[in-house]
Amino acid sequence: MNTYLMAQAPTCYTAPLPPKRVPVTDQPLSFQRMILTLHDYWSDHGCLILQPHDLEMGAGTFHPATTLRALGPDTWNAAFVQPCRRPTDGRYGENPNRLQHYYQYQVILKPSPPDLQDLYLGSLRAIGIDMARHDIRFVEDDWESPTLGAWGLGWEVWCDGMEVTQFTYFQQMGGYDMKPVAGELTYGLERLAMYIQNKDSVYDLAYNDAGVTYGEVFHENEVEMSTWNFEVANTDALFDLFRKHVAECENSLEAKLPIPAYEQAIKASHVFNLLQARGVISVAERQAYMGRVRDLAKGACAAWMDKHADDWTARFPHWSAA
Amino acid sequence: MTDFLLELRSEEIPARMQDRARDDLAKLFTAELAKAGIATGAIVTYATPRRLTLIARDLPTETQAVTEEIKGPKASAPPQALEGFLRKTGLTREQLTERDGIFFAISEKPGRATAAVLADAIPAIIRAFPWPKSMRWGDASASTESLRWVRPLHGIVALFGDEIVPVEIAGITSSAATLGHRFHHPDQITIGSAGDYVEKLRACHVIVDQDERRLAVRTRAHALAAEAGLALIEDEGLVAENAGLTEWPVPLLGRFDAAYLDVPPEVIQLTARVNQKYFVCRDADGALANAFICTANIDATDGGSTIVEGNRKVLAARLSDAKFFYDTDLKVPLDVQAEKLGQIVFHEKLGTVADKVDRVAKLARWLVEEGIVSSSPARGGGPAKLVEGQPSSAAPASAPPPSAAADGPPPRAGEELALLADLADRAARLAKADLVTGMVGEFPELQGLMGGYYALAQGEDPRVAAAIRDHYKPVGQGDDVPTDPVTVAVSLADKLDTICSFFGVEELPTGSKDPFALRRGAIGIARLILVNNSRASWGEVIRQGWLGHETTMQLSPEQIGRRAVALVVVDFIVDRLKVQQREAGVRHDLIDAVFALGGEDDLVRLLARVRALQAFIGTEDGTNLLAGYKRAANILKKEGYESPSPLVGEGRGPSASADGKGEGDAGVATLTPPHPSGPAGLPPSPTGGEGKIPLSYTPEPAEAALIAALDAAEPAAASAVGVEDFEGAMAALATLRAPIDAFFDSVTVNDPDRDKRAARLALLARVRDAVHGVADFSKIEG
Repeated sequence: MNTYLMAQAPTCYTAPLPPKRVPVTDQPLSFQRMILTLHDYWSDHGCLILQPHDLEMGAGTFHPATTLRALGPDTWNAAFVQPCRRPTDGRYGENPNRLQHYYQYQVILKPSPPDLQDLYLGSLRAIGIDMARHDIRFVEDDWESPTLGAWGLGWEVWCDGMEVTQFTYFQQMGGYDMKPVAGELTYGLERLAMYIQNKDSVYDLAYNDAGVTYGEVFHENEVEMSTWNFEVANTDALFDLFRKHVAECENSLEAKLPIPAYEQAIKASHVFNLLQARGVISVAERQAYMGRVRDLAKGACAAWMDKHADDWTARFPHWSAA
Repeated sequence: MTDFLLELRSEEIPARMQDRARDDLAKLFTAELAKAGIATGAIVTYATPRRLTLIARDLPTETQAVTEEIKGPKASAPPQALEGFLRKTGLTREQLTERDGIFFAISEKPGRATAAVLADAIPAIIRAFPWPKSMRWGDASASTESLRWVRPLHGIVALFGDEIVPVEIAGITSSAATLGHRFHHPDQITIGSAGDYVEKLRACHVIVDQDERRLAVRTRAHALAAEAGLALIEDEGLVAENAGLTEWPVPLLGRFDAAYLDVPPEVIQLTARVNQKYFVCRDADGALANAFICTANIDATDGGSTIVEGNRKVLAARLSDAKFFYDTDLKVPLDVQAEKLGQIVFHEKLGTVADKVDRVAKLARWLVEEGIVSSSPARGGGPAKLVEGQPSSAAPASAPPPSAAADGPPPRAGEELALLADLADRAARLAKADLVTGMVGEFPELQGLMGGYYALAQGEDPRVAAAIRDHYKPVGQGDDVPTDPVTVAVSLADKLDTICSFFGVEELPTGSKDPFALRRGAIGIARLILVNNSRASWGEVIRQGWLGHETTMQLSPEQIGRRAVALVVVDFIVDRLKVQQREAGVRHDLIDAVFALGGEDDLVRLLARVRALQAFIGTEDGTNLLAGYKRAANILKKEGYESPSPLVGEGRGPSASADGKGEGDAGVATLTPPHPSGPAGLPPSPTGGEGKIPLSYTPEPAEAALIAALDAAEPAAASAVGVEDFEGAMAALATLRAPIDAFFDSVTVNDPDRDKRAARLALLARVRDAVHGVADFSKIEG
């Protein structure tokens, strides 16, 4: 049943290949060119290039290609862009650094390859960062997502003092020990682009090489979505939605359908974030809501494990869920 | 004799873990070699982000041969004994040696090559390494049994002399090869021996010695500041952290937009330090300069200008955020912010932060009005303003601060008191308002400080602003302790309220769990009391001050065992003080000797007693008193002599349950009344009384001398304790040594005459109990 996963042999990590699309000039990469370059780079290094998951989520880690696929013994190498929504970070398009909607580039490699740091540095070189002039540092930053029952050790990677990537070796997901451990890279695309293009405002970024800016594409979106997130969204409807997603998640779990259950958990999580932005959840209630979402996500992970356990043990005799 | 080099190369080790890792490596190495009988000499350890290194000098090339001899049964013993011995040793009869009619099993343990010992030791060290957090990685992590390290481990250099010590662990084979600097020299380098390790790596842009990197960071940062006409604000924590993040540290100075200097300097320093690990500088006038110093890990080809520019932008973005928050916050008065605290839950069982603020304000006001916190601490003066059982309203008149006339304070002092009380109340009501400001939301560690700035900006009294700013203090051991009375009142009230509240709803610290930092709060209270010499019976303060405001409390009577809470809280504070004293290096037996007395809730006097004992015990008098006491106590113990002990507190540990405390309550003041308003000091010892009963026989001269000595020493000691002259009390008791010695030399305690025996034991009990009036000397060692 998981044969397509097996196709991703982790054999091609030895010699980093040059990026195929070498920029024709010394001009820094545009936003879209940077994404394409990362796609090429990770594709050349054996990753499936996936598309964003079509649900609102707070971080790329929520993508089922990370959360669910990280579980289990199969090899899994994938890279994708994931739009992230963090309603409380909205600034009506007036802050040059803060957005309620932005992009993360995610790479997930399981098992973590021995030269993951070098592979990562190769990707930075590919998008034009010269390590003879830039100061790259691996600064301790352990990652934890109580919502996903997940944690890992790693670093935030600094380029000249700016955090450009979260680099994590997942140790647990959904409360389960990782067997084997996956390496996860999360690039902040806007930050990296601002850096490469030497721009002080995200809205001034060159989106392409033909003069379209990030602001032209997204500024209006930021203004309207900030207004809606903070001021307009109907909180009664949101509370109602939260309850319904919770119920639907439980319904899916009962039907032993981990993927729909997980999607409902993601939806509930986003609705909770919207309620937070509307300022209608008290500090005391906050914990209870987060606990609810965590239980849903963990339930989905557990269902995923249950569903695949027999197949995994058959193919990996030494593997066990516990 | 040969040198050994071990390098464990991994992905980046967190800076904060490197120092301890070096210590652990040295310890584990020494222990592993000791197991094989090798004593290690000089050991040097190094840590960089990517390697952990140990060099052991002058190891022997092999271990000594050892002969081990196990004694067996006699040759004449029954055969079963011999069979048992053979089973135990795994030898045959022929392999035993018989000597003087006894069997011996003799085994020769030949010497081992040290290289072989090392080959066993290295994997053992790696497996046992106590990283605070460790992880699995790679293909091997399909099993949870795979090797754990702080980050993926990549290489092992193990050289004994110039020979590789063969080791294999988790697919890593030891070799002589390592890597240089990640960017300057990514290729392999071959190490010849421990002797060339440091210099070979230096040639490849790695300074392995952390102290050398720290020196480089410190020196260069100072020089850069000086070149710019500035003075570096020193920060050893940052020096160590930057040295722990780099193998080739290159400090660089940059400038940020001077417009950001409108933001309070602490904010700039904090964001630079915590978020970016930058140093900051002062200008010639001592004001914060618009400069930062970052520490790069490379010698950049452009001299670092790209790096400085990148760092400048990151800092600018952070400062821009901070300035936005600051400007926004300044537009909202703290009173308005404080109203929002009603929406923040302090704790689910304890209401909102606004509820807490109300309690704290009332308690802070009360502490001032009662004179417990006053503008001029009565240092060394008359203690205790609050008398147990006395209605609190009467306290200011009967014992006003500072020791004013009995017929009431002069009006000016009264006005001053009222003003201070109003200021404390005001400060307490605004103290938590900054929790809802944007700046504190962004930088929680600025709580208090920002409130202080905002209070000054809206024209509050400077004492109010200072109290808002400092009321969380003291936070850690090294933190300043506030002395301004308004601040002291708010700080004490806040901490007392927190501890009492959580104890009231039974949210107590357990083991390593102290989620509300109650232990730290207790130490904070103790330090505030001690530094400000605030004399009071704190059990009463808590009972009357905190629990007295029933109407303000959000707690129902069911939620708290009222009187019990006050006592348990005091015990908790006393217990933390005890731990703190022990950590500060005061002899634990001396601490125990004083704290075992129990029932003392005037912390100033408690500590004075410990200090006096500490000073006294080393003197000749001290030796005498202890020796005399021990002779008396030993014989009482030997005779199983039971006398009603005056030590009500004894055996009732500070962690006693609330119920237990309730019972002991009545006896709290028995030993030394917490309030020396009465004739404090020695207890009216029951046995003491007995000793003065006319004897039914004529005492022997030494016995009479001891009675006379006690008759003199007891009141002298008692009156000394009464004025808290504990050394004086102990000196008075020390005079008993000679009479005690003489008594033991010539008097038989265990006399066949029952009356004599009883009287003599009672006499010794008098000695013991007299000494216990100062400290429980049975706890003192030596």
